[in-house]
Amino acid sequence: MTAFFTRVRNAVGVLVLLAAVVVAIPASAQQQKSSDGSVNPTASSVREEQLFKEMNRISGRCTLPDQKACTLEQPAGRDWRHFHQVTLPWIGAIVILGMLAVLVLFYLIRGMVRIEHGRSGRTLVRFNAFERFVHWMTAVCFIVLALSGLNITFGKDLLLPLIGPEAFTGWSQWAKYAHNYLSFPFTIGVVLIFLIWLAGNIPDRTDVEWLKEGGGIVGNQHPPAKRFNAGQKMIYWIVVLGGGAVAITGYLLMFPFWGTSIAGMQTAQVIHGIVGVLFVAAMLGHIYIGTIGMEGAFEAMGTGTVDENWAKQHHSVWLEEEKAKGHVEATPPGRMQPAE
Amino acid sequence: MARMKFLCDADRCIECNACVTACKNEHEVPWGINRRRVITINDGRPGERSVSMACMHCTDAPCAAVCPVNCFYTTADAVVLHSKDLCIGCGYCFYACPFGAPQYPRVGNFGSRGKMDKCTFCAGGPEADNTQAEFVKYGTNRLAEGKLPLCAEMCSTKSLLAGDGEIIAQIYRERVVKRGYGSGAWGWRTAYRETIAT
Repeated sequence: MTAFFTRVRNAVGVLVLLAAVVVAIPASAQQQKSSDGSVNPTASSVREEQLFKEMNRISGRCTLPDQKACTLEQPAGRDWRHFHQVTLPWIGAIVILGMLAVLVLFYLIRGMVRIEHGRSGRTLVRFNAFERFVHWMTAVCFIVLALSGLNITFGKDLLLPLIGPEAFTGWSQWAKYAHNYLSFPFTIGVVLIFLIWLAGNIPDRTDVEWLKEGGGIVGNQHPPAKRFNAGQKMIYWIVVLGGGAVAITGYLLMFPFWGTSIAGMQTAQVIHGIVGVLFVAAMLGHIYIGTIGMEGAFEAMGTGTVDENWAKQHHSVWLEEEKAKGHVEATPPGRMQPAE
Repeated sequence: MARMKFLCDADRCIECNACVTACKNEHEVPWGINRRRVITINDGRPGERSVSMACMHCTDAPCAAVCPVNCFYTTADAVVLHSKDLCIGCGYCFYACPFGAPQYPRVGNFGSRGKMDKCTFCAGGPEADNTQAEFVKYGTNRLAEGKLPLCAEMCSTKSLLAGDGEIIAQIYRERVVKRGYGSGAWGWRTAYRETIAT
């Protein structure tokens, strides 16, 4: 009797199993067979177009120790290429040549801004030795960084046809090393500039007046200014913020895959390139005013001292402060500073 | 002349990595550099596919366009090659390449990556064909000997095809018609701006 029940139980079990299989077959057969009944193992396979619709890159698993090699495709490189080959050269050419054109035009119209009442012969210290050291360390680094950076974008179109591929590679190799290694003193310079001149570069009410009067650039007024006028404050913040941006993005490029991916490095290069060419344009303006644009300006960063009449004309509030502190010294007539 | 292309039939690739090994051995590629690699997508899930990928020798190659020293050149067979004498190791081709082909001998920070290395379609470099100087920098030049790339030649399932683009596309098309399916020519749309209708 027990044996009979066991057989019935087994038979029912087998029937249930069969029923389950029969019910399940059509569902799986639909996936595995194409219209003509043949087996299609690709019915559920991954497809390139579908993967690209889901995301802009295709990655998988690979057995290499370098797991970055497991990215199969990243067509975003094409977009970055367009930026590097078309967008950046245009932006660079427009802002740099545009700035040069404006400066040439301005010089032809306005000429050098003179010290109106001539030199007084009395000088006062504007930048001490440490400030000048920081300025020139950063400035020399910047010029090398700018030229070697522009070489990466414009060199192959402008310089390569002139000197030939071997010479151009030799120069570009050194330019690249200079660009990489001089970034360190440049970054230190930017940090020091930020610290030593921060106090004088906080925007305040005098800047509003200075800007309203056009800073004396247009016309002949000389609006009062403290140690740094609004234009100089702008240069300061361009150096601090722009320098910070190129430093951060530059180090991301210099240390591949440290905290970034390929997409991250592409973005870093875009920021580095755009900020870089804007920086160069801004510095052209800075160099102009500091040299041929204004009489008596270069010596502030050259010898570190300026003439009292220059200070009165351009930084009247600062001069009063310095006078109150007794910092203005009279130079004997025989030992006049030569004009630079 | 032929327009050389690679085509990986993902429905045939069994991820044996023989192409990777063949390439490394043939060209004596340095440690850490893989001119070719096999990537498995959706690994372990239904519909997983493996694709063998190297430099695709793109039409209007992005690497060549962005190179700041113009060290790339395209041969009469449309193979994209470069000169290690001119390369300055800046890494720009690596940012632009859609296939991750350019690699550098060192992980190099401070711009000391070394000269870029990538698949040559077994076609060497600018040096005279099959000289020691060419071999040391780029590996063997099989194309100059009338042979096709070794990775594809020794593919056990003939998944990886290398040769005249017209011919390998025709082989692939016939396969797809005969077996009734095909997941497409991986990378072709990105590399050649065209694909094989299946």
